[in-house]
Amino acid sequence: MIRKVAVPIAAIVVFLVLWELLVWINDWPNYVMASPSDLPAAVMKFWMLFLEMGWQTLWRTVIGLLIAIFVGVALGMIMGFWRIMREALYPLLVGFNAIPKATVVPIVALLFVGAHDFNTVMIAFMISFFPIAVSVSIGLSTLEPEYRDILRSLGASQSTIFWKIALPKTLPEFFGALKVSVTLAFIGTNLMEIVSPHGRGLGSLFDSGKTNSDYPLMFAVLIALAFLGIVLYYVVVVLENIFAGWAEREPS
Amino acid sequence: MNCCGPREGPASTKFESITAASLSGLIDIRDVTHAYVTESGPLPVLRDLSIAIPEGGFVAVVGPSGCGKSTLTRLIAGLMKPDSGEVWLHGEKVTSPRSTVGMAFQNPVLLEWRSILKNVMLPLEIVPTTLTRREQEERARKLLSLVGLDGFEDKRPSELSGGMRQRASLCRALVHQPNVLVLDEPFGALDAFTREDLWMTMHNLKAEEPFTGVMITHDLRESIFLADQVVVLSGRPATTQHVMDVPSTGPRVLDDLYTPEAAERLNILRRQIEIAQGRAPADAGGTVS
Ligand SMILES: Nc1ncnc2c1ncn2[C@@H]1O[C@H](COP(=O)(O)OP(=O)(O)O)[C@@H](O)[C@H]1O
Ligand SMILES: [Mg+2]
Repeated sequence: MIRKVAVPIAAIVVFLVLWELLVWINDWPNYVMASPSDLPAAVMKFWMLFLEMGWQTLWRTVIGLLIAIFVGVALGMIMGFWRIMREALYPLLVGFNAIPKATVVPIVALLFVGAHDFNTVMIAFMISFFPIAVSVSIGLSTLEPEYRDILRSLGASQSTIFWKIALPKTLPEFFGALKVSVTLAFIGTNLMEIVSPHGRGLGSLFDSGKTNSDYPLMFAVLIALAFLGIVLYYVVVVLENIFAGWAEREPS
Repeated sequence: MNCCGPREGPASTKFESITAASLSGLIDIRDVTHAYVTESGPLPVLRDLSIAIPEGGFVAVVGPSGCGKSTLTRLIAGLMKPDSGEVWLHGEKVTSPRSTVGMAFQNPVLLEWRSILKNVMLPLEIVPTTLTRREQEERARKLLSLVGLDGFEDKRPSELSGGMRQRASLCRALVHQPNVLVLDEPFGALDAFTREDLWMTMHNLKAEEPFTGVMITHDLRESIFLADQVVVLSGRPATTQHVMDVPSTGPRVLDDLYTPEAAERLNILRRQIEIAQGRAPADAGGTVS
């Protein structure tokens, strides 16, 4: 247990020391590369802003992700249960997923001018639902027929089969995809905040750091983003352990 | 190629007499014909297949792979309907799945997220039952102990060996006290020694929890050791090619498999399988004298 906490923390410390050393050895001024020791000051200066903007980034990411889960699971179920729908929808989804979302940002921003929260949530959703849809559809369509038969032969309804077998059996794949999606949604939110600045979220704090040549602030935002990203990721890991912990192989 | 015992008349003659003798069979498969619809046209799998199994009977079905054995089990379980012909269980025509059937497959299909006990109790969550929660659990525990799994109730399926998982799967097939047990190559994936252990378990189970059943198998020794009748299906589309009764005189032991009678039965069955596979002419089959 101590090891589980101590090792990652030690790794972070080593990383920060190496970073500091690198900047110090090269004698980089902080407009080339800020060093970790510059960051606390940058955060302290704007810490209220960090909290406010961090919260905005967080909630918009989470809402976007929740919508992605909802839509992704629905699409996955449609594709998982009906082969014809899979054949119809799959190429569309792949094509949609292949479009770089940076190009979609201005389009969405133009479509719904001024609806910043809505737009940001939209991008977070659009960028992150694909892995969920694919994993759920694969999980459902690869369910061995015997699993279905064992319940069907007892007269179980389709929905009983779904709740008792198909859904739990798909959970490990679902959480695998969710770990990817949570990071993607986070990227989506920041993409919107930076590419189409509207004064909200950590992305806009980054942008104002850029316009004011406040390099330590920009780096501090990066660290804050990394921190938020880690928190989001581990929330998913905790949920995974609760709901799909059985899928983890016992160390033998 | 052609040896072994006196020739038998056409298999169907013998077969019809058996149907006639057990018109009120608990499992009654009558002239079932079925074809799958595939992209390259219909694929006939069963043709005029009839099998009747009296109450308490246990029939093993053997036949070339791909001949339609699993299809037969799905028809008995009511998972699909035949194109023509009928399946009757306990005097009722099967048109849809019914809770009086218990099934087990080669793949034990245990749910990884449940304990062994909860896996065995699964059918009781679906089939209407008068048992209280506590009685359900007692029943599951009793079955598990019958198959030698006491102490494993709270383990996850992944912590059990293949043979143990198959034992648990048998318990699940029996927990709701079905009239009919349908087994599709249940021991097909197990090694020879484990399989023999499971054979003994089957005999124990049958003594304690009498059932009527059909078992698909590709192990001829298994078929004559467990069943009181072995049905050999022809190649696809499958129909009854040969029926062999295996009378028993008291409890069976593994040594029974190493007697001359057993050797002769196995010989005949092997010959019949060769005919079904099209590797031997149809008149090469022998019979038990
Ligand atoms: N759902 C299906 N659709 C089309 N063909 C099938 C289907 N299920 C089985 N078959 C085909 O029907 C034949 C018999 O299958 P099966 O009953 O599983 O044979 P067995 O269990 O004797 O090996 C096989 O050739 C198989 O490929
Ligand atoms: Mg089969």
